[in-house]
Amino acid sequence: MPSVAFTQNLQRHVACPPCKVAGATVRESLDGALALYPKLRGYVLDEHGALRFHMAIYVDGVPVTDRKGLSDPVTGTTEIFVMQALSGG
Amino acid sequence: MSDQLLVSTRKGLFSARRQGMGAWSLNGVFFLGDNVSLAMQDARDGAWYAALDHGHFGAKLQRSRNRGATWEEIGVPAYPTPPEGHVEKDFLGREIPWRLIRFWCLTPGLASQSGLLWAGTLPGGLFWSEDYGDTWHLVEALWHHPDRRKWAGGGADAPGIHSICVDPRDGNRVAVAVSSGGVWTTQDFGATWTAHTEGMRADYAPPELVFAPESQDPHRMVRCPGAPDTFWVQHHNGIFRSTDNAMSWTEITDVKPSVFGFPVVVHPKDPDTAWFVPAIKDERRIPVDGRVVVNRTRDGGRTFETLHRGLPQVWAYDLVYRHALDLDATGQRLAFGSTTGSVWISENGGDDWLTLAEHLPPVHAVIFV
Repeated sequence: MPSVAFTQNLQRHVACPPCKVAGATVRESLDGALALYPKLRGYVLDEHGALRFHMAIYVDGVPVTDRKGLSDPVTGTTEIFVMQALSGG
Repeated sequence: MSDQLLVSTRKGLFSARRQGMGAWSLNGVFFLGDNVSLAMQDARDGAWYAALDHGHFGAKLQRSRNRGATWEEIGVPAYPTPPEGHVEKDFLGREIPWRLIRFWCLTPGLASQSGLLWAGTLPGGLFWSEDYGDTWHLVEALWHHPDRRKWAGGGADAPGIHSICVDPRDGNRVAVAVSSGGVWTTQDFGATWTAHTEGMRADYAPPELVFAPESQDPHRMVRCPGAPDTFWVQHHNGIFRSTDNAMSWTEITDVKPSVFGFPVVVHPKDPDTAWFVPAIKDERRIPVDGRVVVNRTRDGGRTFETLHRGLPQVWAYDLVYRHALDLDATGQRLAFGSTTGSVWISENGGDDWLTLAEHLPPVHAVIFV
């Protein structure tokens, strides 16, 4: 199963240790992780389910291309990392 | 009398308490390091609310039912999903997102409206909650009003509702003020809305739009609780007053040292008494001559006193935002905070001021609790 990890900066607001969740896309995997940490949803996604403007998701070190639909494919060994975009200094 | 003040800043919600006659000191901080847009106390149940703007992680709302001993994160408003392919732009052609950017005011309903809260937000959505903020509903009629699309950014890149005045005689009657988009009222709990800016003037607009409702940029609007037909507005263009329940406005001119500013508060019982913090307008936005002063009128705006005892009178460049001046329920205690982290308190209606703080983070808002 893909693994999902979150930046330490999110842990300050919502406890969200790394997890392994099923899914064939970033959306499916992220939804699995957010089901474990429901408070986290609004910190990562906006009210329409799109990635927040100042957030980033990396799939095996590569930023997702579909920030709205999160349709980027993942495999059983994929590592998904959710962090804040480095906006500003 | 209120003996406690909450100061919302760029880096936390600070608390100050009165220690005795004319003696106040900071005594705590909540959400240290987080950007706190504003705080509100619901007088009906004493609950505190704090709106946080986490930037990367979005706007959040926290509630405390024990005066800050513990806080719980509660719900936030959700903007509706725009129609497929819809890209909304303001009248200058700039895109307006349909998503919550920031809370800009929180206002409780009347005592008879248990659990009712109103929230004004950027980019212009008005929301209400019937469960103390756990869940929120969009005021659809205002968001979908065709003239709402004429609103534009005033205090921020996107338009926003920063003032909500509920009629204490009838909670279905609400007036809101928009930067930049005028004053809007409903008589039927938000089912229908009408702009009321007759008498307002926006010299900064193109000549054809000087009197247009959408050109009006009220920076802050308040209503006298004891005489609810009287409103005061600190407008980008100056000071305006209404004595007919926000149906029309009278401009007040020739106010020294400046008619420009952001905040205004009105006495809880005397509709003729109001306070302002003047500044040089537009590109500068600093106190006139480097002197921090407060203007007070006690005669409905015919005359103003410029109050300065205890305030810095040289080399001071403190700007005071629209929610950063507050008055307690007695009408005697005032407080204001500045973008350079100073906070001052008066216990005698503004005649004398004491310095509470000089090195806080930039102050967004203050409230007595």
